Amino acid sequence: MTGDGRRHLVIVGASLAGLRAAQTLRAEGFEGELTVVGAELHAPYDRPPLSKQALTAPGGPPDTALPVPDGIRARWLLGRPAVALDPRAATVTLADGTTLPYDGLLVATGAAPRRLPPDRGAPPRRVFTLRDREDAHALRAELTPGRRLLVVGAGFLGSEVAAAGRALGLDVTVVEAGRLPLERVAGSAVGAFVADLHRTAGADLRVETTAETLHSGPDGALTGATLGDGTTVTADVAVLALGAVPATGWLAGSGLDAEGGVRCDRWLRALDTEGRVVPGVFAAGDAARVPQPLADGQPMALGHWSDALDQAATAARTMLTPHSPHALDAVPSFWSDLYGARIRSVGLPGAADEARVVEHDAVARRMEVSYHREGRLVGALTVGRTARLAAYREELHRRSTTVPAG
Amino acid sequence: MRVAVDMKLCESHGQCVFAAPQVFSFDDEEYLVYEPEPDDALRDRVEKAAAACPVRAITLGPAS
Ligand SMILES: Cc1cc2nc3c(=O)[nH]c(=O)nc-3n(C[C@H](O)[C@H](O)[C@H](O)COP(=O)(O)OP(=O)(O)OC[C@H]3O[C@@H](n4cnc5c(N)ncnc54)[C@H](O)[C@@H]3O)c2cc1C
Ligand code: SF4
Repeated sequence: MTGDGRRHLVIVGASLAGLRAAQTLRAEGFEGELTVVGAELHAPYDRPPLSKQALTAPGGPPDTALPVPDGIRARWLLGRPAVALDPRAATVTLADGTTLPYDGLLVATGAAPRRLPPDRGAPPRRVFTLRDREDAHALRAELTPGRRLLVVGAGFLGSEVAAAGRALGLDVTVVEAGRLPLERVAGSAVGAFVADLHRTAGADLRVETTAETLHSGPDGALTGATLGDGTTVTADVAVLALGAVPATGWLAGSGLDAEGGVRCDRWLRALDTEGRVVPGVFAAGDAARVPQPLADGQPMALGHWSDALDQAATAARTMLTPHSPHALDAVPSFWSDLYGARIRSVGLPGAADEARVVEHDAVARRMEVSYHREGRLVGALTVGRTARLAAYREELHRRSTTVPAG
Repeated sequence: MRVAVDMKLCESHGQCVFAAPQVFSFDDEEYLVYEPEPDDALRDRVEKAAAACPVRAITLGPAS
């Protein structure tokens, strides 16, 4: 590498992917200037505990700060969201009007919770979404025993919040539009397993319906909801867990194909709406849509912790040597903890057209499912059987390096 | 090279097993077992494993 000392690299998004990219740049010998821009005032921290230990730990939420190693030598511009990108001029504009010129830019802005449509008006008080530390603190303060918690959406996040609510002694109702929790991403066997976890723990799971109207009392605080099936639920606190949308709104007008995540090639280079590489711009983590070999090269935004790490490390390497780019070589993986059951997956269960249940033991809370697409393995999920995943992962890795990545 | 895993932190995520199966594995009860003094040739993989651990339970040090 030559001329490094003069290069200025900018990372937008100061969380997991942004930090990992910065670390990788320095570890690979980048000596130039490095700026990390973050919308939040916090130094990088970890999000997975926010829907788990942070809600239930006695004595307050644990510190989930991510360690920032010495030697990163970055300029941190925190609390200053980026608002625009001009790839022709190679500049990023921040909310305070600052314009940052860059030689290389990484988009690592993550995702934001999906909200109710704006025509529903402002939600009552004590209705939450959960993405950042402030959300977790505010929600935790309202989760007092004896209260009634309504969780809208029984995906992983909603299910974890429901489990936390039960652990804290609240009455919990979970509303899910699908036939079973998680069915779309993990199939009906896992859906039934999770439904069983909820019901065994005493949560009231209502499926195939949605929260149509949220009601509030004279003080503006939530009192309950009317569901799509006409029934009503009383509730003091609600969490909307309707999924997350990549936080790429600030890229409007940049020419990037950023709707639903910045579309990348497998070297994590950002593409424009014509599918051409945008020179100098890269993306990683929840904000990126990356071609998945296991889904025939279809670009997907996964929203998994470990994928954000893998993508950020690869994107950072490609930023340093754009002429010999590094291809992403990683198998997606995901975990969740529900009522003490350890759910772990590798590959892309959601891309499968067939799920084969290898083991299903509701009593011992053990499960093993393999997922196939046109007969080929694309993923596996276990509950309480993590050890079994290593072999699947090897197989998936072999597969994803031998099929075209799109 | 020395490897240590803080078993009070470990939540059996398996990321280390994926990254360095030569060094980390699970026993039948889902407890992590590992080789505390792996060959230096595996350093790269072990560093990847430490970085991939969601609870940062893995620490590396020089061989004793
Ligand atoms: C409550 C919760 C629980 C989770 N649990 C799990 C789990 O159990 N297992 C799992 O695999 N994954 C889990 N995840 C997902 C995991 O946390 C994400 O995949 C991971 O955080 C992605 O990292 P990221 O850096 O891409 O995005 P983020 O962590 O979202 O970071 C993006 C950062 O960019 C900032 N930003 C946004 N817009 C701008 C802008 N315009 N300018 C500057 N900065 C901006 C944001 O404020 C944020 O700090 C969970 C997520 C949440 C929210
Ligand atoms: S990655 Fe960390 S938490 Fe997971 S098994 Fe290894 S040491 Fe334990």
